[in-house]
Amino acid sequence: MKGAGKRLCRILLTYGARIITLLLAVSVIAFALVSLSPVDPVQQYLLGAGPVSEEQRAEIEDYWGVNDPPVERYLSWLSALLHGDFGTSLLYRRPVIDIIGERFLNSLALMLCSWLLSGVIGFALGCLMGMTRDRLADRIIKKICYLLTSIPTFWLGLLLLLVFAVWLGWFPIGFSTPIGMLNSEVSVWQRLYHLFLPALTLSLMSFANIALHTRQKLIDVMESEYVLFARARGEGSWSLLRRHGLRNILLPALTLQFASFSELFGGSVLAENVFSYPGLGSAVSEAGLNSDVPLLLGVTLFSALFVCAGNLIANLLYGVVDPQIREVKG
Amino acid sequence: METRQKEKTPLLEVRDLSVSFRMYDGSLEQRRLEVISSLSMTVYPGEILAIAGSSGSGKSLLASAILGILPANASTGGEMYFDGQPLTAERQRKLRGGDIALVPQSVAYLDPLMRVGPQADGHRKPRPTERRRGLFRRLGLPEEAERLYPFQLSGGMARRVLVSTALITDARLVIADEPTPGMSLDQALEALTMFREMADQGRGVVLITHDIDLAVAFADRVAVFYAGTTVETLPASDFQTGPQALRHPYTKALWRALPQNGFTPIPGFQPYAGSLPPGCLFAPRCPHRTPECEMAPPPTRELRGGEVRCIHAT
Repeated sequence: MKGAGKRLCRILLTYGARIITLLLAVSVIAFALVSLSPVDPVQQYLLGAGPVSEEQRAEIEDYWGVNDPPVERYLSWLSALLHGDFGTSLLYRRPVIDIIGERFLNSLALMLCSWLLSGVIGFALGCLMGMTRDRLADRIIKKICYLLTSIPTFWLGLLLLLVFAVWLGWFPIGFSTPIGMLNSEVSVWQRLYHLFLPALTLSLMSFANIALHTRQKLIDVMESEYVLFARARGEGSWSLLRRHGLRNILLPALTLQFASFSELFGGSVLAENVFSYPGLGSAVSEAGLNSDVPLLLGVTLFSALFVCAGNLIANLLYGVVDPQIREVKG
Repeated sequence: METRQKEKTPLLEVRDLSVSFRMYDGSLEQRRLEVISSLSMTVYPGEILAIAGSSGSGKSLLASAILGILPANASTGGEMYFDGQPLTAERQRKLRGGDIALVPQSVAYLDPLMRVGPQADGHRKPRPTERRRGLFRRLGLPEEAERLYPFQLSGGMARRVLVSTALITDARLVIADEPTPGMSLDQALEALTMFREMADQGRGVVLITHDIDLAVAFADRVAVFYAGTTVETLPASDFQTGPQALRHPYTKALWRALPQNGFTPIPGFQPYAGSLPPGCLFAPRCPHRTPECEMAPPPTRELRGGEVRCIHAT
């Protein structure tokens, strides 16, 4: 047990070091890209202040250090960052960290729902396809999966919105809470109700991928020599799936599931925009379109951290689930 | 012993078995590849029948065919009887793991993510854990072996675990596919002794092997395989008597290839499935070949207490 604790510490330290270097690299690249882009934060800042003369504008640029060399600007931003100051959003006139925190909770609810939904449905359908290989059920579900993987997320979102929100009126057309209601008055059910369509869109996008991977892996397992021997010992299909199939496809399925964090985040940008859902994804596109540089950089760093966390969890789970790693290290 | 066995109903009888695979060659045209052809063999209760032959002679496929676990693109012809009743697909499903048990070839046949103990116990309830522990002790597997994963086993340990999976059943027919390589001589002897005991209790054992010496020491009869068919079935004692007691030229060649008998190989190689000669399969390598041999496959005939498929054998 003590050895395990020590090992965990070492893993966390190694990963910590890797994540920090990665975040540094991401911050450099993101900062460089924003500096090179036509995004003009001063323009955005002045929007709230009314018309200004050229001299005033030059003074403001001087004050904010717009004309300093880029390296100097990067270092001053980084040192503020290290002190916990992510800056103030130009769009919302509030600290970036507060906005990320609040938006992230919304996004997390959305992503978690669709992540679980696509994981469970994808895995179950993948198992079904693997067991009924090349028979009718497999052929039909496989075609649906191919269809879904080739449909763009935003288009699927628009379609769902059109059918379920506009024509049928079963679901709201957007936002995370009813319009004209205080945040404190909104119930969990209302939140889930608003969450449903975006979550469905997101999970429809990724479950086909998971189902197809699971199917292929299960077919590989079912063709293995150990399954042949299990059949020779009289095990039927159900017993084969339960005793050998699930055990051997769980590991790749988990990896796939946690590695999908990046796709999930990418998909949430599109889904949140279509459904006007106030999450991180819609924040990042608003920040980009409105030259809100502090928010844009903040969200970029945060999403990198989020994807890293997914990979870290997958790696840690490997050690727990796979005896070939666990027993050798232990 | 021979006459006593002849009166009993055979436990397993295979008549004219053929196994072929549907294959696609480059031209998108389907082709049938016959891997086992007109194979016949009989196993009586209480005996060990060794199946000897070089690799690629179809020994392992025979085991799969008897159990009904051939791949989906394989088809079989001929007849099989278990206990006097035709061995249909449905009957195979019922019998495998129960009345017919398999000892497979390698550690690859164990689930890599399942501990060895529960795996040897099998899926049937109630779990025969106590009985299995006894077997592990007898096979010289250490107590903690049951908590190991297959990748942690040595080659010999894995074989013993595989052997235990068959010994744990009350199977009346055990098909052991190369059960001894990787074991020390003591372990191999112990495993074979256990098969011998099973046979002496009235079960039938099919021992597929490369190792003719071990097979001869423990088996009652030996079926010699060549290119997917049996060329000779003979009492095991004939091998000890010497080449004059053997019937088929290939069996004689096998005998002469043994280290203690001169280690002499014969020229040529076993024909591949798909390019088999039209007549006797051994004819291209046979020193006694005549034009007649290349006309049609020789029929099986009884000779000096054995069976042989050679028109010249005396």
